[in-house]
Amino acid sequence: MAKAKFETPELSEFVDVPNIEEGAMAHTTCFVAKPEHQEPLGFPGEKVDDWHDRAIEKMGDLLSRYRSFRVYLDSCVKCGSCTDKCHYFLGTKDPKNMPVGRQDLLRKVYRRYFTFAGKYFPKLVGAADLTEEVLDDWYSYFHQCSQCRRCSVFCPYGIDTAEISMAAREIMAQVGVGQKYCNEIIAKVFKIGNNLGLPGPALADTLEGLEEDVYDEDEVAVKYPLDVKGADILLVTPSADFFAEPHVDGLIGYGKVFHEAGVSWTLSTTASEAANFGMFIGSYENMRRISLRVREAALELGVKRIVFGECGHAWRVAYSFLNTLAGPFDFLDPDYPVPQHICEFTWNEIQQGTLELDKSENDDKTLTFHDSCNVARATRMGDTPGGQFDIPRNVIKAVCNNFYDMEWDTIHERTFCCGGGGGLLTDDLMEIRVKGALPRMTALQNVMNEKGVTHMAAICAICKSQFTKVLPYYGMDMYQIVSVHQLVSDAIVLNRKTPPEEAPGYGEDDDD
Amino acid sequence: MSTVYALLFIVATIVLVLGLARKIVQYAKTPAPLKIPTTPAPVTQTGVVMRMFREVVFFESLFKSTKWTWIFSWMFHMGLFVVLARHVRYFVDPVPLPIALIQPFGIYAGFAMVAGLGGLFLRRIFVDRVRYISAPSDYLMLLLLIFIGFSGLMMTFLIHTDVVMVKQFFGGLFTFSGGELPMDFALIMHLTLVAVLMIILPFSKLLHIPGIFFSPSRNQVDNPREKRHLAPWAKKLEES
Ligand code: HEM
Ligand code: SF4
Ligand code: SF4
Repeated sequence: MAKAKFETPELSEFVDVPNIEEGAMAHTTCFVAKPEHQEPLGFPGEKVDDWHDRAIEKMGDLLSRYRSFRVYLDSCVKCGSCTDKCHYFLGTKDPKNMPVGRQDLLRKVYRRYFTFAGKYFPKLVGAADLTEEVLDDWYSYFHQCSQCRRCSVFCPYGIDTAEISMAAREIMAQVGVGQKYCNEIIAKVFKIGNNLGLPGPALADTLEGLEEDVYDEDEVAVKYPLDVKGADILLVTPSADFFAEPHVDGLIGYGKVFHEAGVSWTLSTTASEAANFGMFIGSYENMRRISLRVREAALELGVKRIVFGECGHAWRVAYSFLNTLAGPFDFLDPDYPVPQHICEFTWNEIQQGTLELDKSENDDKTLTFHDSCNVARATRMGDTPGGQFDIPRNVIKAVCNNFYDMEWDTIHERTFCCGGGGGLLTDDLMEIRVKGALPRMTALQNVMNEKGVTHMAAICAICKSQFTKVLPYYGMDMYQIVSVHQLVSDAIVLNRKTPPEEAPGYGEDDDD
Repeated sequence: MSTVYALLFIVATIVLVLGLARKIVQYAKTPAPLKIPTTPAPVTQTGVVMRMFREVVFFESLFKSTKWTWIFSWMFHMGLFVVLARHVRYFVDPVPLPIALIQPFGIYAGFAMVAGLGGLFLRRIFVDRVRYISAPSDYLMLLLLIFIGFSGLMMTFLIHTDVVMVKQFFGGLFTFSGGELPMDFALIMHLTLVAVLMIILPFSKLLHIPGIFFSPSRNQVDNPREKRHLAPWAKKLEES
């Protein structure tokens, strides 16, 4: 890993609000999508000649289709309340990473072309033409926003910079300037079924491997079924769960919970991905197309319920948008919400007493919990507001003896993004990822020093991958980040024993 | 001269009403295709009304954020609210009881308003982050309001204006029967600036007034799993 192209910020006890440093991050951009990443998504392969006119036209189109976009562009009073709320600003000092600074990159163009004041008095109201330089700025800074919505919590009108970033990315993709990382991945989902491009046979192999691992350790045949028709539950989980660390330990945990709960479940090859990067690029059409795979898989397999694995933005698309994009789900069992989060499932089972848990298995760790931004500020779990904070913590506390929260202004709806969300989880954006992690790293270090915390649990594939990469920059250990269901997996006592003939590999020749 | 002012106020009122109505219709007609309330969010419509009430009356989100901005801003807006309520007595006769009751507070409210605006102005100049995001119009808007408040206070304390005449003038505006406006400097300045404010309101950031009520992150019920939410243009995608 080429590390030292930039300086990792020093951790101290507090994150001070920095003085602004103009242009501090202007050099950071990500790779532009090539035609083969653009075209499968319905975007032009390369930057079109009449990009200026098309961009303005697209902006007009979005203004007429998204109330959020229109109202947010009009309503900002420049009160400054959001200016010190973005982790990317706190970590980089670049004023264009202040939420309102970021919005203004687009708002000045909106004002110039769509408002009376901006058409006739551009200087007065800070309106500006859409030029090459402005487009470059858009490309840089709208890819330095993880769409985490922290700014929207503190804005008196709830202005959500994520909405502006999504719109900006949609406009850019439509004129042929898309982002390689997201678009390449979406193309893979369409072609193969998941972000990682894992084909069906490889997936089946991986799952079989997991079954063997669990059997070797616990002598219980926990199944990790794929494409089983007539199963009760379809599990849709981020593809990182199939092999990345610590994600896969979470998947092992889901399987054990299902096993002990005595329900039948299955994964699906065609919907082997919970992530939906269509949201990151602000494309309703692509987001819908990706979501429809889940519907089709559920219909094809004839399941009764849909459960989503640990992933932040995926849970947002699932909880908040799935019914809109791919509903109605009247063919599923009406006794359960559609979809359910795996934490909701596990917590229900814990409350019903179906799981035997041995907390002492996790006594070697002292835990804290990182609220993933999309889960915290864009979804819910359970029946009451705030269930998205309580339920994962309840699960952790049911399987661990030692748990401490980080400082109050860095958790729940005030949580800081891991730094890698919103389509930024790519090596070409390493600098912004590391710097953006500063507030979270500070809070983690504090709780480590004060409470002796050793591990941080998360329920998001992106958070887990990001922390694995970024913790070492701050002098911490990559294994400090764990999956919530990895903790469950360690504590759960498998009481449903397996008759020997159902053990994996039973009757096969032992040739290794 | 009074005729010019009569015309000015008729024009300003038309621009304000039509301009705002146009914007409100535009916001109402633009669909919100996805459920995006900032969570934790209320799960019932009543809950949303309460949330909106707290935002509009107490500036809840701003309070969570920056205490100084909140104090100045709340002083200014609540001051403005009381002052505006007090102004009702220039336009209606007899004066309704609640308006009569707040009269004594009106004077403090005027000071609170100008003080709050002053604080916001200083913040805009001295906090580098806020200075960076300010366009000339942002300073001018504050100055405009400060001068309106200042000229108003001048009339209350220094150069008393003939309030009865003012009342006759505005009464006359409604009935188109005319009336004379007393021509003193403070009043002329006050009224001119108010007319300017009314005219620019629908074209400026003062659109936060209708905007807050239409903000999807604040006005949506958190019930996407229970109730399917579908925008008309999204429905068309399903039919094709
Ligand atoms: C529904 C009623 C209203 C609500 C909820 C509301 C709320 C707010 C809030 C929360 C702020 C941000 C804080 C600040 O910077 O002051 C603000 C700013 C502002 N409001 Fe209002 N407001 C309302 C009505 C009005 C009215 C009637 C006016 C004046 C005609 C007004 C003029 C302003 C101005 C000029 C600012 C910017 C202050 C600055 O430059 O710092 N508002 N408003
Ligand atoms: S959504 Fe998050 S990353 Fe984007 S501007 Fe707001 S606080 Fe920053
Ligand atoms: S908090 Fe909202 S209104 Fe204030 S500057 Fe930021 S985006 Fe604008």
